[in-house]
Amino acid sequence: MTTLKLDQVSKLYPSTSRGGGLTPALRKVSFELQPGEVISLIGESGSGKTTIGKVLLRLTKPTSGTATFDGKDITTYTTRGLKDYYRQVQGVFQDPFSSYNPIYRADRVYDLVRSSYFPKVSDLEWSAKVEAVLDAVALNPGDVLGKYPHQLSGGQQQRLLIARALLLDVKVLIADEIISMLDASTRVDVLNLLVKLKRQGLAILFITHDLSLGNYVSDRTIILRHGAIVEMGATGKIFGNPQHDYTKMLLTAVPELHKKWQHTPLAPVAVSANGAGIAEVLSSNAPASPLARAAIIDELAHAEQVVKRDLRAVFGSARAVASGKSQVAVALEPPALHEFEPDHLVAEPE
Amino acid sequence: MSESISQAPAPEAAATGLPGGSAGAVPAPRNRNEFIHYGLRNPKLVLGLTVEALLVLAAIIAPFFAKYAPLETTNMAAQHPGGAFWLGTDLNGYDMYAQLTNGLRESYLIGALGAAFATVVGLVVGFLAGWRGGWLDEILQLITNVLVMIPSLVLLIVIGSYLSSRSILFEGAFIGLTTWPWVARAVRAQTFSLRSREYVDLARLSGKRPVSIIVKEIAPNMASYLFLVVILLFGSSMLIAASYDFLGLGPSQTVSLGYMMNQAANNSALFYHMWWVVIPPGAVLTLMVVALLIANVGLDEVFNPKLRES
Amino acid sequence: MSVSVENLSVAYRSRRGDVTAVDNVSFSLADGEIMGLAGESGSGKSTLGNALVYLDARMKTTGGTVTVDGKELPIANNNAMRPRRMTEVSLVPQYAMSALTPTRKIGKLISDLLKSHHVKDRDAVYTELRRRLALIGLKEDVLSKYSFELSGGMRQRVTIIMSTLLNPSLLVADEVTSALDVSSQRAVGEMLIEFRDRGYIKSAITITHDLSILAQIADSIAIMYAGRLAERAPTSALVDSPLHPYTQALLASLPEVGVRHDQVTLTGIPGRPPSLVNPPSGCRFRERCPFAFAKCAQTPPFEEIKPGHLVACWKVSQEHADTAATAPGLPLKEQV
Repeated sequence: MTTLKLDQVSKLYPSTSRGGGLTPALRKVSFELQPGEVISLIGESGSGKTTIGKVLLRLTKPTSGTATFDGKDITTYTTRGLKDYYRQVQGVFQDPFSSYNPIYRADRVYDLVRSSYFPKVSDLEWSAKVEAVLDAVALNPGDVLGKYPHQLSGGQQQRLLIARALLLDVKVLIADEIISMLDASTRVDVLNLLVKLKRQGLAILFITHDLSLGNYVSDRTIILRHGAIVEMGATGKIFGNPQHDYTKMLLTAVPELHKKWQHTPLAPVAVSANGAGIAEVLSSNAPASPLARAAIIDELAHAEQVVKRDLRAVFGSARAVASGKSQVAVALEPPALHEFEPDHLVAEPE
Repeated sequence: MSESISQAPAPEAAATGLPGGSAGAVPAPRNRNEFIHYGLRNPKLVLGLTVEALLVLAAIIAPFFAKYAPLETTNMAAQHPGGAFWLGTDLNGYDMYAQLTNGLRESYLIGALGAAFATVVGLVVGFLAGWRGGWLDEILQLITNVLVMIPSLVLLIVIGSYLSSRSILFEGAFIGLTTWPWVARAVRAQTFSLRSREYVDLARLSGKRPVSIIVKEIAPNMASYLFLVVILLFGSSMLIAASYDFLGLGPSQTVSLGYMMNQAANNSALFYHMWWVVIPPGAVLTLMVVALLIANVGLDEVFNPKLRES
Repeated sequence: MSVSVENLSVAYRSRRGDVTAVDNVSFSLADGEIMGLAGESGSGKSTLGNALVYLDARMKTTGGTVTVDGKELPIANNNAMRPRRMTEVSLVPQYAMSALTPTRKIGKLISDLLKSHHVKDRDAVYTELRRRLALIGLKEDVLSKYSFELSGGMRQRVTIIMSTLLNPSLLVADEVTSALDVSSQRAVGEMLIEFRDRGYIKSAITITHDLSILAQIADSIAIMYAGRLAERAPTSALVDSPLHPYTQALLASLPEVGVRHDQVTLTGIPGRPPSLVNPPSGCRFRERCPFAFAKCAQTPPFEEIKPGHLVACWKVSQEHADTAATAPGLPLKEQV
């Protein structure tokens, strides 16, 4: 049984605020991905969802904890082992255009795979392979082969990249926000493709911030916040009967076509920041408009927005800058998960 | 992979090419034809390249028309230009035309040598520092920054006065070894920026090794920027060599433009109103370097669409 | 009518010739109306919105007029537009939140803005600024922060505050919610509504590809396809009973929370929008439309089918004409 497993994985980055220290991007995250299963990893920016994808794709190493595939620790792989690992696990990223080197033709991504993994295959055999995977993603070879990336649409680019993973006949696909940059009319096609591949046995980790997409396509859902899991379980149970306040907040904020945002006074949300509960903040300031309340929740939920990248861009070194805004001290130990019902775990309020 | 969706607000750029629809900050890639198209229409580039091309042509062909060797005494000192001597002779009786055309050639040679050495060393250091980062980067940066601070001319003078060998190759190599920091900095910065691109991640996911990734994925994407830096380096190498030779520290049997200026100064040619000894080397050197710099500015506009005025 | 756009066409110079990004578009906004301008990339929605405020060097209007508060807006004349920007019309461009200068504090950015608009009574404006910051829940100390110290949602709200500080009649907001987390999206969306309710802006055009956000904040929605308006209707009408085949297909492709693949299979729209360098004649959605017939080779008129509900589609026009023809003045049984 091929299983991708994270066990107590943490990832710490050097903190950017005065006083140094470390900022946890991931806090002892543990979960398992089974064959033929689709898990949605849902989180907002700064939740650590992308970091999980990077750890699983060996693009970064966890600070502690283990990531195993088929029982073997992937962090110990060297070049050879890594190459074999990539035969089984592949990734597709958010910006389809950036995944192509703009100076080469788009199908060069297939040549990279060929030279690494299929050096002895004949041209004829290779074209047949390529055509087979293109067919599996509903692309016409004549439309996409031989073209430059800017000549293809986002949907075509993204499907080409999924087909690349199929060339290697992978067992696991890490899909990091692969839909968000596509137009509405092509999103569904790519989503349905993922469903089709899942039915053929592919395990998919679907990383997204969009709850409706996660709901459509996945069997199980993990809600991530500030690097820790707050709710996890069967998709139907999480979306149908959310228990954690953060999940509830997300669900109320999602815009829907046929339902307006509720303007009822928000229930005391026991999401804490700076040691004070939002409930206390709300009651003490008592802002009148639901607008201001929503804004305060937004601000507190992002009080720990990690802006390393912006700072680095301006000042060139992560260590040299004081961000000036208070960083919420997030404990390395994440809140404990307890079982609410079978296949539905909820974290304690932090 | 971007940390959040803040990197990518709007969906795909359709091939309709409308301005509002570009995907994030990624511009449409420029292929060769587009460079040529805009290149030919850029006045600075065309002007600079034309002048430079003519000078290079002169450097190759003109020496063949010289009637004398550059350091051949003609027994006709201080002749005005015209007549037998197209550019006159200097106080030692050397044919100025021969000297000038030879000097042109030598200066180009040194410029090219210096640029070549600097590029090779700078590329290696830059790629290493940019790709690996960490302590290796810190050490290399330290070395780079220290070298940048030291004026290359001073370094050359100090080293040159201790060593006995005086050849073009040596001079070119030394100039290169003192100016590589500029290349290294540019390469390092670009490598840092490019290594976090998603196509580099994809190459890693395809089992490619770092050297292969640097050579095939990263280097070609900084080619235009590198090109600009190398051109600047070429120009500055020529200038440094000219200064060096002007001080009399260059190879004594080779006539370069700097050497000519050195001779003009030593023999007080200006005092004797011998403008044909004083002005041509400096003027030609200026022309060589300025044409290069103007072409460089034009090329920057071609490569970087945001700089174009239209 | 607060804003009226008539037969506006905007073209954009490219190496392959002029690309007409906005083709003969007409619509109007009442006072206090928030209109959502939706469409996919390449539809021309951004070009249309931006053209109302700032035509950049590559773009030119090739026809049509824009009227705001009864006066014509000289959009083609940059010099004439300058005093009107921020005061009569204002724009929050796409990626604005990433474009705040990182080396100046927010307060300085705002004071630069006021200076460049020759605002006389700065103190009054600053008092108003503080009031608005408090209204949307931003602390005053945000003025002494740099842009990178703020979260995405905060930055976006700051750009909207800056764009509306001088109370423009029309605000064009280009993809202001696209790059934000779900909770920030809601905060920004509600901010737009609040500002309209309090009269800081008279009307607004929200450009986005996300119809569900529009369903929350827009009073009416206009759908653009390949440079032309396909449909325009009050929000509930468009969302509940869309008429144009493109709108219908678009709505059918949106996954909603609660919908799973094993319950409902959503479908996308096959094909791609046409290239605008050489657009096809007639209806531009023809190639991808399941209902296309012979008449579609001619450009359908953008006409009112129901009160306030305009559609550019021959099929819809014909059905409307048919029902009008068979609707007699008297009830059917009395006709006999």
